[in-house]
Amino acid sequence: MYQYDTHDQTMVDARVAEYSDQVARRLAGTLSEEQFRPLRLKNGLYLQLHAYMLRVAIPYGTLDSRQMRMLGDIADKYDRGYAHFTTRQNVQYNWIKLEDSPAILADLASVGMHAIQTSGNCIRNTTADHFAGAAADEIEDPRPYAELLRQWSTFHPEFDYLPRKFKVAIIGSETDRAAMKLHDIGIQVVKNEAGETGLRFYVGGGMGRTPMIAPVIRDFLPPLQMISYLEACLRVYNQHGRRDNKYKARIKILVHELGADEYRRQVEEEFAHVLTLGLEPPPAELARIKAQFADPGFDPAAPDAIDLSDPDFKLWVDQNVHAHKVPGYAIVTVSLKPTGGIPGDASADQIRLIADIGRDYSFDELRVSHAQNIVLPHVKKADLYAIWQRLDAAGLATPNLDLISDIIACPGLDYCSLANARSIPVAQKIATRFADIGRQHELGELKLKISGCINACGHHHAGHIGILGVDRKGLENYQLLFGGSEGADTSLGTIVGPGFTEDGVVDAIEKATDVYLAQREEGERFLDTYRRIGTAPFKEAIYG
Amino acid sequence: MVDTLIRLRDDAASTAPVVPFADLGEASNATAVRLSPGDDARALLPLLDRLELVEVAFPAYTDGRGYSSARALREHGYTGELRAVGDVLIDQISHYHRVGFDAFLPNQPITREAVDKAIHTWPEVYQRTVDGRQPIWALRHG
Repeated sequence: MYQYDTHDQTMVDARVAEYSDQVARRLAGTLSEEQFRPLRLKNGLYLQLHAYMLRVAIPYGTLDSRQMRMLGDIADKYDRGYAHFTTRQNVQYNWIKLEDSPAILADLASVGMHAIQTSGNCIRNTTADHFAGAAADEIEDPRPYAELLRQWSTFHPEFDYLPRKFKVAIIGSETDRAAMKLHDIGIQVVKNEAGETGLRFYVGGGMGRTPMIAPVIRDFLPPLQMISYLEACLRVYNQHGRRDNKYKARIKILVHELGADEYRRQVEEEFAHVLTLGLEPPPAELARIKAQFADPGFDPAAPDAIDLSDPDFKLWVDQNVHAHKVPGYAIVTVSLKPTGGIPGDASADQIRLIADIGRDYSFDELRVSHAQNIVLPHVKKADLYAIWQRLDAAGLATPNLDLISDIIACPGLDYCSLANARSIPVAQKIATRFADIGRQHELGELKLKISGCINACGHHHAGHIGILGVDRKGLENYQLLFGGSEGADTSLGTIVGPGFTEDGVVDAIEKATDVYLAQREEGERFLDTYRRIGTAPFKEAIYG
Repeated sequence: MVDTLIRLRDDAASTAPVVPFADLGEASNATAVRLSPGDDARALLPLLDRLELVEVAFPAYTDGRGYSSARALREHGYTGELRAVGDVLIDQISHYHRVGFDAFLPNQPITREAVDKAIHTWPEVYQRTVDGRQPIWALRHG
């Protein structure tokens, strides 16, 4: 994976120095809170309901054991002994003291990490397929492009005050594991008929209060024009994106209002100009980055068989282990969704344990998935049992990946100052109601996502079952959506009917799963059955 | 009145009257113009040889359209004074400089010393813009 050179290190060190000076001025009173606010936000420091929250970037979700260990140590040293992994492959600390924040950034910088542009109306941390470089179905590892993009977007002077935040996701497989079409820009590495690699650009997707699936704006772009094309996409948005209404300011609204063809025309016109400016890093730079993402030294003789005689181990392998591109290896997902736990939370000890396992068994590499789990991307099948035992002893071997209890949830009203309703207790109640793992397996793949407000950080539009918390006359109320999906078959969920109380929504979900079990045909997931039979039978069971 | 104009240029400041972009059609000999956030800087491209001052208004520092206007003018060869006017704050100076501004007229006075320091906030940069700095990728590959 990518390692900082002295240039990259110089940049994060300069940022720590700048930020430390700003905090010192704030603490001394020479900067007002109003003046300080935009500065701290550029470093991911939010003032939440109870304390400061610090959001740390994990570029494209990839990190090594030293970095992961540091995340655990920071949780112990500056927070309450845990950290929260987010749907954007970042990590958040919820109980931070302002005066500690410069020291935290210095600790992060010591392992090549930072909190740059994790908030504000700028280009945010680029996300990527969490199975990149390991997936059996991959065309090309997308992370070298993501790293090129990380560098280009870092402190980009033209695009620091965009109409609204800007999120890019990049994938290199036909299977979309990064909800790519629901981003401001989604990039897919593709091959053309001549076998050449190119980039397909989707622009104008998003969730929030106006969910949209991004249209294709460029079908095939030579990879060595990516930066120039991004410059053009962003410049058109920066100049013409709406600034009169915060809720209409994302690029999806611009693309929608102009129409994809007109947006494309404007981008192409700007792109032709940008190409004359020499903004593109040379091929040698992409080659330098690619070399750092080269495959680790896989053992060609690694045995492919797994002894599945232990039934609990088999359950976990069946659910949480994926095919690797190299025989004898596998991809492990460590579930951060124990029954009744807080989705995405991990204790400092758990984080350090996962770091150790990554170091010992996965070529020192780890991933954070947008589903708020941790991935060990390159594990020998022969080591799976030992890994499972160590995870199980730490409460990290819940065999529930992509099942109903593998819930994505935003922090909600327990932490977030934007939320209208709590998300975490709903997630806990659902996971507890469906605690029987046999029952979960019977229900099969069922992606359940909860947002505590219309901003949709919990991706409720993209859940097979989505829950949106709203405020109704001062009471928390939960709307239920069915039929969303974020993969190759991306679709947006639709609201089923009137909302529910916290307990009511759990009951409604149980009734919906009963309808599914009664009506499903061979091989159908909940989503497939819903798409085939429509809303009516579910409505009748829930409201009838 | 305190003169708060800070110029990073050696030539004399323009004394020409500054014409709002919308009135430019009427004032065909104008050599100084002011762009507001919604104005399309590309409309100035045919006039670049004639202009000696372009003011870019920032009614609020959070409206970043002026960054694109400035950079586009420089990319198309404008060499006259490019002045950021309005809610211009010290913490944005290095970005202003990187997209081609070489003069600042802030609502709240800032010192020349602070501007000089701010311009050097970043020892290195990742992008090629219009300030002549070599990006990190160029330093890496010569």
